[in-house]
Amino acid sequence: MTIALVNYGMGNIHSVAKALERVGGKVRIATTPDDLKDASRIVLPGVGAFRDCIASLRKNDLDQALLESMRSGTPYLGICLGMQILLDESYEFGEHKGLGVIAGSVKHFPAHLTEDGIKIPHMGWNDVIPATEAHPVLASLRAKQCYYVHSYVCVPKNPQHIQAACSYGNHPFAAAIGKDNILGVQFHPEKSQAAGLAMLEAFTTWNP
Amino acid sequence: MLSKRIIPCLDIAHGRVVKGVQFVDIIDAGDPVEAAIRYDEQGADELCFLDIRASVETRDTLYDVVTRVAENVFMPLTVGGGVKALKDIENLLHAGADKVSINTAAIFQPELVREASQRFGSSTIVVAVDAKRVDDHWECFTHGGRKPTGINAISWAKQMADFGAGEILLTSMDSDGTKAGYDIALTQQVSDGVSIPVIASGGVGNLEHLAQGLGEGKASAVLAASIFHFGEYTINQAKEHLHVQGIPVRLT
Repeated sequence: MTIALVNYGMGNIHSVAKALERVGGKVRIATTPDDLKDASRIVLPGVGAFRDCIASLRKNDLDQALLESMRSGTPYLGICLGMQILLDESYEFGEHKGLGVIAGSVKHFPAHLTEDGIKIPHMGWNDVIPATEAHPVLASLRAKQCYYVHSYVCVPKNPQHIQAACSYGNHPFAAAIGKDNILGVQFHPEKSQAAGLAMLEAFTTWNP
Repeated sequence: MLSKRIIPCLDIAHGRVVKGVQFVDIIDAGDPVEAAIRYDEQGADELCFLDIRASVETRDTLYDVVTRVAENVFMPLTVGGGVKALKDIENLLHAGADKVSINTAAIFQPELVREASQRFGSSTIVVAVDAKRVDDHWECFTHGGRKPTGINAISWAKQMADFGAGEILLTSMDSDGTKAGYDIALTQQVSDGVSIPVIASGGVGNLEHLAQGLGEGKASAVLAASIFHFGEYTINQAKEHLHVQGIPVRLT
């Protein structure tokens, strides 16, 4: 039961690793495609810019390896940028192709929010409202707040891929997206104290 | 709804928590990891560490503190003090910081803020603005409030936001350590002037001061050190106080 934690040289791997270990996960830092083979779960944390993340994954042939693992049914959790790269494309610093596992795009919070005096990035603790039929990994988050820090949001084409919602400045957005064995969360469970740890624990036992 | 954040700040020197009054009179206030665990239990929304005696010799001590804290608490951690180059930022992020605060270096090499926000993401980069009233305006000061720069603090905050800073940590040098409350006029003008979150800092003496910073001051977050550190109030008490006034906070 090894969780491959993908390190593409940008993110804060440390805190995600420690959080997974705290809830009983056995973590292997993955930097090559080989590191993903035989992993029972995959976590892709995210800090930094979309284009650098995807470029770094491609350079290390991790993009294809990730797609293969996802296709073979390995449970995947993407955090923040690790969620955003699941989509087809992002408009952060230009237009960049994502993994295209879930149809849709990554867009900046609408400009009118700033005009209304709403601060961007969306930074801090906000709600996670799971879908009516809650995803098993997210069910414990109902009525809880988690820590967000982002300026871009995932806009999946199919609203059924939205697994949890949040709202900022009256603008609703996807707090979590997913289908089958793939889940992405916009907030940072590794920074969300007890609520986040409970979610990560649910991921370590999730059998999609 | 997005909650307003309560951020206890730990001034660090040589790997220990210290607290100064107006950036002098440093007194020892304990072990950073123990303090971090205590704040975690109290429901702090975030932690801020500022290495106020940052130097090349003490860098490794700071990285070690950051790593040990990040192993023990699972909440956002901002670290600042002596950050001069992209490599310093990278090292702090790898040690376990989530955000890195840049102060003096931003004044002398503003491009660092631009490069850092492009490389590590805007939301990782906090620019600390230490402002002091000079005649009818506020000026930026560096070196822990000792050196004037002649730069207008409000236009500076705007410029830093344009350069890609994700957040402004605004400290009033006049208020810091006085326990007389935040400089509300300064906080409000900076909050209104930038489109990124502003953390109010400097001068908290009671819980009503927190409410003023978030209300009148329009800050997204409030930072305080001594009222929490010396056990006068817990974070939970602070949140309860804000909650009854209708200020959105995360109750744990």
